[in-house]
This record gives sequence, structure tokens and C-alpha cells, in this order.
Amino acid sequence: MKSYFKNMKTITKVDYATYLGVILAFIVVSVCQSQGLVNRSVSGMLVPICAYVCMSISLNLTVGILGELSLGHAGFMSVGAFSGIIAAMGLQSAIPNDLVRMVLALVVGAFFAAIVGFIVGIPVLRLRGDYLAIVTLAFGEIIKDLINCLLVGWDENGLHIALNVDGTKSMSSLGLSENGIEIIKGAQGATGNARIATFTMGFVLIMITLIVVLNLIRSRTGRAVMAIRDNRIAAESVGINVTKYKLIAFVTSAALAGAAGALFGLNYSNVTAVQFDFNTSILVLVYVVLGGLGNIWGSIIATVVLYVLPEALRQFSDYRMLVYAIVLILVMLATNNPQVRTLLGRIIPRRKGAAIDE
Amino acid sequence: MKKKLLALALALTMALSLAACGGGDSGSNADSTGETGTEENSGASGTAFKVGVIGPMTGGAAIYGTCVANSAQIAVDEINALGGDIQFDLMVEDDVNDAETSLNAYNALMDDGMQILVGTVTTTPALNVVPQAYEDRVFTITPSASGDDVISIDNNDNVFQICFTDSNQGSRSAQYINEHFPDAKIAIIYKNDDQYSIGIRDNFKSEADARGMSIVYEGTFTEASQTDFNVQLAAAQSAGADLLFLPIYYTPASVILTQANAMGYAPTFFGVDGMDGILTAKNFDPSLAEGVYLLTPFSADAQDEMTQNFVSKYQEAYGEIPNQFGADAYDAIYTLYQAIQAAGVTADMSNEEICDALIEVMPTLAVTGLTSAGSEMTWDASGAVSKDPTAVIIENGTYVTP
Repeated sequence: MKSYFKNMKTITKVDYATYLGVILAFIVVSVCQSQGLVNRSVSGMLVPICAYVCMSISLNLTVGILGELSLGHAGFMSVGAFSGIIAAMGLQSAIPNDLVRMVLALVVGAFFAAIVGFIVGIPVLRLRGDYLAIVTLAFGEIIKDLINCLLVGWDENGLHIALNVDGTKSMSSLGLSENGIEIIKGAQGATGNARIATFTMGFVLIMITLIVVLNLIRSRTGRAVMAIRDNRIAAESVGINVTKYKLIAFVTSAALAGAAGALFGLNYSNVTAVQFDFNTSILVLVYVVLGGLGNIWGSIIATVVLYVLPEALRQFSDYRMLVYAIVLILVMLATNNPQVRTLLGRIIPRRKGAAIDE
Repeated sequence: MKKKLLALALALTMALSLAACGGGDSGSNADSTGETGTEENSGASGTAFKVGVIGPMTGGAAIYGTCVANSAQIAVDEINALGGDIQFDLMVEDDVNDAETSLNAYNALMDDGMQILVGTVTTTPALNVVPQAYEDRVFTITPSASGDDVISIDNNDNVFQICFTDSNQGSRSAQYINEHFPDAKIAIIYKNDDQYSIGIRDNFKSEADARGMSIVYEGTFTEASQTDFNVQLAAAQSAGADLLFLPIYYTPASVILTQANAMGYAPTFFGVDGMDGILTAKNFDPSLAEGVYLLTPFSADAQDEMTQNFVSKYQEAYGEIPNQFGADAYDAIYTLYQAIQAAGVTADMSNEEICDALIEVMPTLAVTGLTSAGSEMTWDASGAVSKDPTAVIIENGTYVTP
């Protein structure tokens, strides 16, 4: 057993440490929660933190591993959130069990986000340069406007969907029966959702995301993807199908973002399309960049810290966003400072090996 | 390198000292008064009711949130100065007009022991906070979240509004226009990515249809296209509209007024409470707003004693003229005061007990406030307010009752 660990590659050790860290964090928080040691502010943030952790891990796959800049990741989250909400609300009478519905919603969210990711990816990933960034940016805005026009209701006859493009339709034009439920009301978003997302569900989703992403990276496919990132021409010359591998990574990333969106959406009773705007995409990108491109455990830690920070700084009142910005700058400077790095290297001698993508 | 480090350290010190100032500064309207409040009360009557306010104190909608917080503070100070058994301890949290942050703010307030919620200020955050407050049994009175869903979501019984619901504003506007301009040919321009605007327009239209009013044109715009209205205005003009109904906020309305003037189109303009603020809109010539009608519950120029007292206190403390959101918040605190008196609850009760007792008495109350136009506000069990709507017309740069 001992020799097994000794012979293990450093990268594999880091992966196992990441899994272990997430599991430990979950156990510690759960125990504290059952002992009543966790206050409401923290317990209210647990599910969104889980959703954002999945978002940043999945974005890291696109930005860090695939090396393409995506500025519309919140768009996939939005697709996942709204399709997940439709699934969860529509099946309310058919499947009374919350857990089953939650899992179904996550699957539906991931599925639809994957389809959208595929459609967006096919034309764009064939191009070179920064086209993906521009198209994903536009995609995020298009999704926002589309959902602003979307009217969805459910009654015993099934799903009613209308697209209110010219502003003349309202919920009444769906023709719902008396016991029908209004799920998405255009710009008002989805109101009155069942809040069925739980911290445990969020933890499971993080674990699934981690297993999918880490295994993908360490597989033959992942090596092909990284080869494309590092040198496209060289990768093509050894017979790697560039578009195929780019699509695999991008669609996986979109699907995971969709699942994260479904988790996020089902944690709130009101979700509107404008919540998933450009700013949200950039927020997740900040998590990824500060955590380190291609560094999965870094993304997790950066997400947790940066999500909690603005809330923890509430006592600074009006100046908390200023303090937040200063902290961001300090983190950027400190992690790139050679002196801090050598200091860290002295404390943790193995650190050099831990930096995965260097 | 050393220079860099030094610069960094200096920047940090400056930021921290700034932040410290910030704490003291904004504390004057929220935190510190809360502290002094508790000190007084621990001497006088045990404890005070912990009232939480959630609203946008920073960001794009900060005008509304800060005015609500300041006005609520004025009302709380007045009530605490009476020295009666009922004392309030006001706690304010910022939600940046964001639904997600609003729930975090709510949880932070609950950690601080909030018993009653005055909020949220805006509708979208309210739809997230209200179901949680319903589940936790926290009595909620919102000054200005006017969405219909705010009082009906999850069939809640603990949420009451001081402002009209959007549907009420829409139908009251239709009623007013029908009574005062019976032959008007109406055009509507509204923002179709905004819940507030859509809600009012939908209800205006259904009421107008029921009354057989003639709507000759409807135009829409979005957040991205609110800088040019020439197309909509030309279409309204060619449709022969002589009354333009604008259920929108004052920023796009100021553009509409300017462009209509430039093209020589002069219908009667009719706005709702979002039009409040048009006279102080940026880059706008207030003389163009002459003759604009708007449905608003509060006018800072009203001559009654209550309004004068409130406006002068507000001006003294914060150097601005309060808007209708502030008046709503002031009324919210006084409504709460009357409800607590009627229910006979005390500050040492849990939020569940307070909530149940206050829900009982709310439909029996009749409150005269800043926003009730001399009449009394009453509530039905659903939480919707009933009070007389008032329309004002802008003349010589002030609101005048026509």
C-alpha cells in the first residue's frame, strides 16, 4: 500500500488531495451545521458556492485546459437554470419526491446546455484567434434576450410555450387550464420556484464535476486537448482532429455549467434572465484566473474565498467593493511575486511539482 | 521591489483608513444610531424591536435604497424620542438591487436577531426574500416593492405593501384617464424587459379595454435601446394619439420628452410613480416636463403639516428633497408602530409570535400617512393597500394637484 502511494505520480496525488479536500470540507461543514455552529449567512451561501465552484471548474476546462476564452459562460448557466426549473416545476405532480426531481432537473439542465454548447461550438471552434470569446459574449446576450421573451406554463395537457417577440403576448395567451402553473413569465423570470436544492446535492454535483473534469484532463483526450492548446500546428501534424477535441472539451464544459445553473436556479424562488449577464460571466472568469489557469483545486479555493469575501466585508459598508477590489489586486501581485513564491517553495518543498500545467 | 512593497503598504493603509471612515460615515444613518438606540433602550424599557431594512444602498438603484433607509431612520428617531414602550432598533443591509445578494443580506439580518422586516425596496430582490421570510415567519412590510407577486408568491400571509401594486397603478391610471380625458386616443410606450413596466402596461390595457378606451398604438423598448425613441414617437403621432401613457422610469421618459419636443409632437404625457424624479433628471431641461401628469402618492411640495415636517427634517439631515420611496418608508415605520400598539406585542417576543399577532391586526388598521393623500390607508388580508390614488400635474417646476 505504501509503495503504491510512493509510486504514484505527483499529479495523481494532487487530484486525490483535491477530492479529499472537498470531501473533508463537506464533512466539516455538515457536522458544524448539525451542531448548530453555522449561522444563517453562511448556510444561505452554501448552495450558491457549490454552484459557482462547478461553474469555475467547468470554465477552467475551457479557459485553462482548452485555452479558449469564453465570455458567455453565464449563458450556459442560464440555459441550465431555466430548463432545470421547467423540468422541476413541470414534474411536480408526476414526481412528488424532491430528490428525484432535483436530479432530473440537473440532468435536463446539463443536457440542454450541452446542446446549446454544441450549436455554438461547431462553427466557432473551427476558427482561429479570439473568435470564441466574441461569439460566446454575443451568445450570453442572445440567451438573455430570448429568455426575456419566453413564456412557459404547465397544465395537465402538457407544456405550453410561447415566444413573446413583439410584446403583444402575455401569460393569458398560453391558454393554461385552471390548475395550470406559470413557470417562466418573460422578463419577470421564473417566480415561485420550489426551492429544492440542498447542500448535499451541491456537494455531489461538485464531486461529479471534479471526476468528469479531472478524468478528462488525465485521459488521452485531455492530453490531445492540451496539445492543441500548446501548439495547434504540431497537434494537427500528428493527426489530432482539432475541431473534435475542442468540441469535446467545450461541450463538456457547457454541460457542467448547465448542471450548475440548474442547482443555482432551484435554490431561489425567483430567477430572472438578467441575473446571468456579462458580469456573471466575468465574475466566474475572475475566479478561474485568480485560482490559476488549468489549476482545478485553485479554482475551487478562489471561488469559495471570493464568493464569501463581499459578504464577510459587510461591516465596511459602502467601501466593501473598494476593499474587495484591493484584495483582488493584492492576490494577483502576491501570487506572481517571485519572493513570495520562493518563500512558499521553502515552506512546501513539493510545490514545484504541484503546479500542474507548468 | 522595495519601492513597490512600500507603495502597496501605503495604498493598503489608505484604503483601510478610508474604509474606517466609511464605517463611521454611513453609520450615522444606520449602524451607529442603532447602537445608541440600544443603549438608550437598555436603560428605559428593556429591549427594542429589531427592525431590518434591505435595499440598494450602492449601485444603480442606490437613490431609492438610501432614501428609504434615511426616511425610516427619521421615523424611528421620532418614535424613539416619544419614549414610549415601543422602541425600534433599525438595522440596514445593502442588496445592490440584486436578488442573490438580497437573500444574503436577509440572512445576515436574521443572524443579528431581526424580528420585523421593512423591505425589500425593489421588486426583484423581494421575490427572493419574501418566500424565505414567509417560511421563517418574519412579519414583512415593504415600502416600495410594488410587484403583484410580492404579496402573492407562495400564498404568503405575512407580507404587506405601502405602495400600490403594479396592477393597481395600471388600472388606476386607466380609471383616471377615462374620467378626465374621456375621448383620448392613447399611445403606450413601455419597456418590455422590465417587470415593473410590463406589469403596469398589462393591467392598464385590460382595464382600458374593459372601459372601451381607445388605444391606438403600443411601442416597446429595452434597456439597450432606451436612448432613441424617434421611431415609436413618429408611429404614435401618425396613429393620431393625443395622450401618451408612459409606465416607465424617469430616465427614458426624459429622453422621450426631449425627442417629442424636437419633432414638434405635443400630446398629453401621463406617467406613473417611476416618473417621479423627472424634474431632477440629468441632462434634461425641466421646462419640457411642464404639463406632464403623473400618478404619485407623494409630493414633497404638499402643504400639509406632516409632509412639511418630514421634508424639512430630511433636508436638514441629508441635504436633499426626499422622493416617494422615502415617504413610503416613513409610512411603513408608522404603520408598524400602530400595528404593534394594536396587537400589544412586546420586543421580547419571538419573530413568529410578533408575525402572527401583527397579521391579525393589519386588516383592522387605518393609517393616515404621507402617501395617503389625506385619506386613510387600509389593508386587506392579502397585503394589498387601499388608498386614494393622486395624480399631479407639473406646473412651473413643481407638482400641483390638478
